[in-house]
Amino acid sequence: MRRLFTDTRFDFIGVRYYAYLLTAAFFIPGLVLLLTRGLNYGIEFTGGTLVQIQSSAPVDVGALRSALDAHGLSGAEIQAFGSDRDYAIRARLGRGGAPEESDATVAAVQATLDATLGAGKYQIVRHEAVGPKVGGELRQKAFLAILLSFGAILIYLAFRFEWRFGLAAISATAHDVLGTIMFVSLLRLEVSLVIVGAVLSVLGLSLNETVIIFDRVRENERKRLKIDLPSLLNLSINETLPRTVLTHGTSLSTMATLAIFGGEVIRPFAIVMFFGVFTGIFSSMFIAPVALMYIRRRWPMKGAARAVTAPATRAAPAAVRD
Amino acid sequence: MQNIRSRLIAIGIMIALAIWSLIPRSTTVRVRDPVTGRMHDSTVRRVPINLGLDLQGGIHLALEVDQSKGPVADPKEAISRAERVVRTRVDEFGVTEPVVQLVGGNRLIVELPGEKDPARAKGIIQRTAFLEFRITDMQNLFREALPEIDRELRTEGVTASGAATPSAVSQLFGSDTSKQHAKGKKAQQAPDTSQNQPGALSALLYQGQLPGEFLVPEEQVPTAESLLARPEVQRLIPRGLDLKWGTQVESRGARSYRALYAVQARPIITGEELEKATARRDPMTNQSIVEFTLSRRGGRVFERETGQHVNDYMAIILDSRVQGQPPIIKSQIGQRGQIELGNRSLEEANDLALVLRAGALPAPLTIVEERTIGPSLGKDAISDGIKAGIAGVILVVVIMIAYYRFAGVLAVLALVLYALYTLAGLSGFGFTLTLPGLAGFVLSIGIAVDANVLIFERIREELAAGKSIRLAIDQGFARAMNAIVDSNVCAILTALFLFQFGTGPVKGFAVTLILGVLASMITAIFVTRTFFLIWLQRRPNMQTLSI
Repeated sequence: MRRLFTDTRFDFIGVRYYAYLLTAAFFIPGLVLLLTRGLNYGIEFTGGTLVQIQSSAPVDVGALRSALDAHGLSGAEIQAFGSDRDYAIRARLGRGGAPEESDATVAAVQATLDATLGAGKYQIVRHEAVGPKVGGELRQKAFLAILLSFGAILIYLAFRFEWRFGLAAISATAHDVLGTIMFVSLLRLEVSLVIVGAVLSVLGLSLNETVIIFDRVRENERKRLKIDLPSLLNLSINETLPRTVLTHGTSLSTMATLAIFGGEVIRPFAIVMFFGVFTGIFSSMFIAPVALMYIRRRWPMKGAARAVTAPATRAAPAAVRD
Repeated sequence: MQNIRSRLIAIGIMIALAIWSLIPRSTTVRVRDPVTGRMHDSTVRRVPINLGLDLQGGIHLALEVDQSKGPVADPKEAISRAERVVRTRVDEFGVTEPVVQLVGGNRLIVELPGEKDPARAKGIIQRTAFLEFRITDMQNLFREALPEIDRELRTEGVTASGAATPSAVSQLFGSDTSKQHAKGKKAQQAPDTSQNQPGALSALLYQGQLPGEFLVPEEQVPTAESLLARPEVQRLIPRGLDLKWGTQVESRGARSYRALYAVQARPIITGEELEKATARRDPMTNQSIVEFTLSRRGGRVFERETGQHVNDYMAIILDSRVQGQPPIIKSQIGQRGQIELGNRSLEEANDLALVLRAGALPAPLTIVEERTIGPSLGKDAISDGIKAGIAGVILVVVIMIAYYRFAGVLAVLALVLYALYTLAGLSGFGFTLTLPGLAGFVLSIGIAVDANVLIFERIREELAAGKSIRLAIDQGFARAMNAIVDSNVCAILTALFLFQFGTGPVKGFAVTLILGVLASMITAIFVTRTFFLIWLQRRPNMQTLSI
């Protein structure tokens, strides 16, 4: 039997201050970046036009750039899409004069390409146009989806465990969602629907991780071990460690294959998920248990309170009888 | 023993169902002939999994009522008028599974898989609706011209195909078809140039219930269409007549027919003159009726025309398609009239009223979102996705077997079933596989592995605690259950929100994730457990567990 990380006795709760430091080291610059630079929204969210081309010869990006400028599309972005023959040209609404009419944008792009590459030397393989109204709606819906799933999960965990667990799990998950959004901002990844899907998957994955640990906490509590809460939490994290390592070893390897072979649309998804696995593990080990500890201190368990007061009430009638 | 057998039977049934829902089957698709540009039916065998637009290429359009040139009185009603119109038009595209869907009460989604030309698509969809009333061919002029057309076609070398019942324009209803068949055979045996000889066109047309109505067997509609489009046939269609296809498909016995109408080329009135149309059920006669009101000018014209055409049939044509069966004009009608639909449902009456309103008040549509994906891009995406999937699966298999040995082999076997069930679920429930859906599939492989890992680690813990093998397995499964259920329910919850929020591709992700999580629960909890039971039964005296 080959076993990894069994019977470990790492003091996760004890090193929580280092974990805070690590979180701060990522979150402070991350927040600054998010607030100053913001997110690189895709045209699904801003409205605008995307034209993806496939050329029969390598594309001279410099020439393409200046030709686009000449056609009044100075705000348009040119992005390589896997090779030097595949490019996506994005013109967002309200930035650098992308016209409201998507057809006008496409016509301008086509004129540009005819001039730089030559007509017939390329083909338009994808064309997307989104009106400003749809984009705004979508952004709202995306945030709503994330918020609502938080709510639903909180209710589910409160029902299955207890609200303190739910709150602790949500705070760890919120950490991951925020961290993932910062990561997206850091890498300047284009926020597309696929990225929203990735963020929600990170949410699910981080929660899954926390739930597994909390499940063990719940189980160990029922055993009524004579240890304090930090030790109980440590024990639970250590006991689930082999599973964490193995599960995430495999999920990281599948994400890596997706990032390498999955193609241009899937790659950002896989990259975000790859990061999400790490932050998910981190928050489940260092944030969720610590949050649970503090929440329990602030709002002590009624069950625990009863255990303390029960002898006293039993003692009281005895006193009366005396 | 009994337990294992019933478990194996259950697994066997699931496998059989999964394979049955995945075997390639023939589907009829309408395809555009690349040379002539005309539509014809073609049969293809394929695995019945719907591919999203991002995988097979096509056009996705989201439309709203255009209010930029002035407010539209009732946008909700306007968009449903527009939906009715687009639905009539959508088969002009000749794409396999077009989607026309009203979302959120104000937006119309049109998806045209395989369509490549966005300009053409937008042109067809945004074209203003045109409604007209025309009198059908009461003198049977077209029917009389048929022999001439057949003769002309014969000189061109076109004769009735063997499959068609060779008969002259035949009465479909109330006549003895076997006799007709015999007559047809005789005609074939003794070819002569008489008018009764089967002609290429007349063999396809069966006289309908009213003058000018013909029924064409559904499978021969494309042939009829291409014959009618020939210039020499067009030339012989009597002056002042037009041929228009109906929208409804009628089934008589085992076959279904589409109606073709010969109607006057001149409309007696157009949608411009129509002001109002509403459907209701007449409480006296219990009939469904559609009441309509015309403009003053329209009323005068209509009065004159209907006066001349009492007892004639009037085809209601929206965008060149005859809507429903033409009603008979019972008496002279002025500004206000009603169409009686007899015992047809109120729903049908409502639909007809909607058609009339759509023609009266065309709703201008503006495109709020447009996506065109070339077919080559989709093919690349599929091959990339499959490559990534295979590489991911190989890694998972290697890790599982290297770490868990024989138990790992069992888990991998369960994973194969997991993949089978997930794909079968996609196909069986008619969900659509998209590119993010492929990613969701790979992601849910990870979740499926996780369930197995949870169980195996638990078994190892129980073994380490000194329990017997049988007990360790039992408790390992039992104790891992809570964690598996809780974590999977959370995954499904987030996927559900993603599903309801997302559009096309992202919905596909949510769907494969939900299906994958469900399938992984079944395989990890039920299938792997069965494998372990069989394993224990085969090796009752096992001292160490290969895990």
